[in-house]
Amino acid sequence: MIALSDYLLLGAVLFSISVAGIFLNRKNVITLLMCIELMLLAVNMNFVAFSHFLGDASGQIFVFFILTVAAAEAAIGLAILVVLFRNRGTINVADLDMLKG
Amino acid sequence: MGFEKFLFYIFAAITVFAAGMVVTRRNPVHSVLYLVLAFVSSAALWILIEAEFLGIVLVLVYVGAVMVLFLFVVMMLDIDIASIRAQFIRNLPLGLFVAGVMVLNMLLILGPSNFGLEQFAKPDPRPAGYSNTAELGLDLYTTYLYQFEIAAVILLVAIIAAIRLTLRRRPETKYQDPSQQVRVRKGPSRVRLISMPPERTPRPVPVAPAPAATNDNKETAE
Repeated sequence: MIALSDYLLLGAVLFSISVAGIFLNRKNVITLLMCIELMLLAVNMNFVAFSHFLGDASGQIFVFFILTVAAAEAAIGLAILVVLFRNRGTINVADLDMLKG
Repeated sequence: MGFEKFLFYIFAAITVFAAGMVVTRRNPVHSVLYLVLAFVSSAALWILIEAEFLGIVLVLVYVGAVMVLFLFVVMMLDIDIASIRAQFIRNLPLGLFVAGVMVLNMLLILGPSNFGLEQFAKPDPRPAGYSNTAELGLDLYTTYLYQFEIAAVILLVAIIAAIRLTLRRRPETKYQDPSQQVRVRKGPSRVRLISMPPERTPRPVPVAPAPAATNDNKETAE
């Protein structure tokens, strides 16, 4: 039988992999966005697992909303990326120092 | 170990493998494709615990729309991979350390001792006529109606923002301005009368007969 802990551990492993990915690919904005998508997937995994094992459909509704927000975030992030590339000719994070912060 | 557990381990292994590939591949196109694999296998995992609607939505919306958008952008941008990958090895120990500590922490808390089958028993299987989609829809359109509308507004904002950000008006492109067209009136703004001397029609040039052609015609007639 599948236990709740199996899904929670899978979510934890996915989340940790994506955190490591953010560390590894610090310079590549596209891979950073993909790591964020992976993190959201791990969180959604937890929501779905709890929703099933507690018998409450609200968890799945939350996953629905997270998917909506993630889609919006991906669309806007990629649009910003395209504009950035058009203006600067690079998406290397180290080269994006126009604000002099 | 039942068949369900076997399927779970298969799909979980595929998901973890694909996630690892996403963060370590050199080529962003490969990363996106592995991310698609991760999404598909986790959709299978969700269907395994009776979240059928979300599993299908994950495949349709995420793999079908968002990942294709990613792929489109990755292929459109001309990325210099070599300069981006320079820091990869330098950050590897730190990333592995942080990820390892996180996994260890969560392993201690989320392990079977706290969230195993004894604490959270497997719920009874649903009756035959049960529809996951219907239940979600009922909740979504009654309890969570306002949140649903807010989500719709968020999507609208995302559409407008994405279009506005990437819209580019080139100066050499010719286009119509409808508001100017509508605002035009009868009279001087529309028709301009110019007085000019009348044009003279040029004399028609007399056409010279072509004897060769006529001779040919006669010969063929004879």
